[in-house]
Amino acid sequence: MASPANNATVIAPKVSLWRRGTDHLATIAAVTAVILVLLPLGAVFGYLLYKGFGSINLAFLTKTPKPPGEVGGGMANAIAGSSLILLLGSLVGVPVGIGAGIYLAEYGRNRLGNLIRFTADVLNGVPSIIVGIVAYGLVVLTQGHFSALAGGVALAIMMIPTITRTTEEMLLLVPNAVREAAYGLGVPRWRTVLSVTLRTATSGVITGVMLAFARVAGETAPLLFTAFGNQFWNWKINQPTAALPLQIFSYAISPYDDWHRQAWAGALILIILIVVSISAVRFVASRGMMKGAN
Amino acid sequence: MPGPQPVPSKVEKIDVAAHSRPLEGAGSGALADRAFHLAMLACGLSVLALVGVIIYQLATKSALTWHAFGWKFFFDSDWDPVNELYGAWPFVYGTLVSSFLALLIAVPLGIGVAVFITEMSPAWLRSPLAFTTELLAAIPSVIYGLWAIFVLVPILRQDVEPWLGKYLGWTGFFSGAPYGIGMLAAGIILAIMVVPIISSITREVMTAVPQQQREAVLALGATRWEMISMGVLRNARAGIMGGVILGLGRALGETMAVTMVIGNRPEISKSLFAPGYTMASVIANEFSEATSDKYLSALIEVGLALFIVTIIVNILAQILVWTVTRGTAARSHG
Repeated sequence: MASPANNATVIAPKVSLWRRGTDHLATIAAVTAVILVLLPLGAVFGYLLYKGFGSINLAFLTKTPKPPGEVGGGMANAIAGSSLILLLGSLVGVPVGIGAGIYLAEYGRNRLGNLIRFTADVLNGVPSIIVGIVAYGLVVLTQGHFSALAGGVALAIMMIPTITRTTEEMLLLVPNAVREAAYGLGVPRWRTVLSVTLRTATSGVITGVMLAFARVAGETAPLLFTAFGNQFWNWKINQPTAALPLQIFSYAISPYDDWHRQAWAGALILIILIVVSISAVRFVASRGMMKGAN
Repeated sequence: MPGPQPVPSKVEKIDVAAHSRPLEGAGSGALADRAFHLAMLACGLSVLALVGVIIYQLATKSALTWHAFGWKFFFDSDWDPVNELYGAWPFVYGTLVSSFLALLIAVPLGIGVAVFITEMSPAWLRSPLAFTTELLAAIPSVIYGLWAIFVLVPILRQDVEPWLGKYLGWTGFFSGAPYGIGMLAAGIILAIMVVPIISSITREVMTAVPQQQREAVLALGATRWEMISMGVLRNARAGIMGGVILGLGRALGETMAVTMVIGNRPEISKSLFAPGYTMASVIANEFSEATSDKYLSALIEVGLALFIVTIIVNILAQILVWTVTRGTAARSHG
């Protein structure tokens, strides 16, 4: 506020009331927008913490669900199931995504590269429910039943484009001089890519992987008719499996108070998982994206 | 011919053997190089293959209803699985209305937040604010839905909807019993989910506008708002449009949160208080219960339509964002 007054004497002697008024109104509008956006964020997190912490107990973390309407039980099998599905998804999605990212960054400065880049961006915008249908067609129909594998495939499909693009961006940040230095020592190209370029960009690539992981960890829609859900423990990849987001969904729309309580507890666990992985990313990123390069 | 040939080759061989090691290393490296290149290429091609698989799956598995109903499928309002009658119009309508409502709320908010962060905010507040809005995007859809069911919907039912009905009921958009659950709740929760996309893209294109542009407008004696609207927003408008369309793409395909609050009834009503249904939520709700082939095919056709629309929307958005960020990047380099 000091500088406009200062300006008024030096540069612009008269700014009309109308223009000053509009300027103030715009500022107020922008601040209001920020408040209106932060309000639901605060409300969501506030309720999650308030309801979630009140609902988590040992049974929730160690027991399987009780039959509908009965009080007690927990989501231990869903937490385990989610881990299994996420593991399967990452096993497929991470290597393929990183590979595609390497291709784009190191070999993809051409038409085919542009096409793949564009397709990955488009694939990023495909609704998750569609991915669920595709995984259903690919895995569930061929196997004949719902399975953790089908859920993993769905999540992998969602991870690949994200990881591809972030890996590419991170590899492109590596200065060319680093590559040239390796070539100068007679290191073959594949070795250069793996032990020099990728190595230099490791923390950046991990950032991308964690972001993709955080994104699919909460996905519900693609699991509805792939992993399907399960009331019991399951460690077999070709059996229907419970997943945390699925359990939250079915408990939230159920008519039972105790299930509502557990839905909040499950949501808190899920959000902690996601916030921890995103914060880890921020931490790694702040420690220097390109440690080796500088 | 056979005579002289062995001689040079023999000479070369001896030559190679003499210099031996480094060249031999390069030779085996060339093979490994090619294998590595091919492996990476396969990963890259798998991205293309994925889109191919998606299209193939959706197209072949929805052929049954496509042949039975044709275009009528999307404009008929009868969704009657028992009598094998499928018309997807209520879902198309619900998707369009809820997404439009979401944009109506989210666009001014998203742009406002971006304007504040890039042009008005004190420097120390900038990165925490940006991080916080990004956090909004990281919350899973199912958690938004949970929150909406137990927090948003009661507020709407008890306070907001009666008030809207009293003062704006005459428009016809806010009439009928205030259930809380319905199109309005879906629009609001979608808006909350779409704001971070719009604001982050808007922020990106606004920062791409060269600093000189701002200084030039300020030098002409503009107020801060005039500088923002004339110098920045006008130059970034194509990119902002891209962000809005990207937000639309997200809203169209959003499933869980909407399914949890929209009421899931295939009806068309002018009032926003009334329950509705969207394309994504009908798939989510009925897919695993679809008993007949035709039922399944109808649901997959809804999915195919949703896929095609979101693809078109996304491509459009990408092109718009590119025109701004790419153009300015080129200019600032030159």
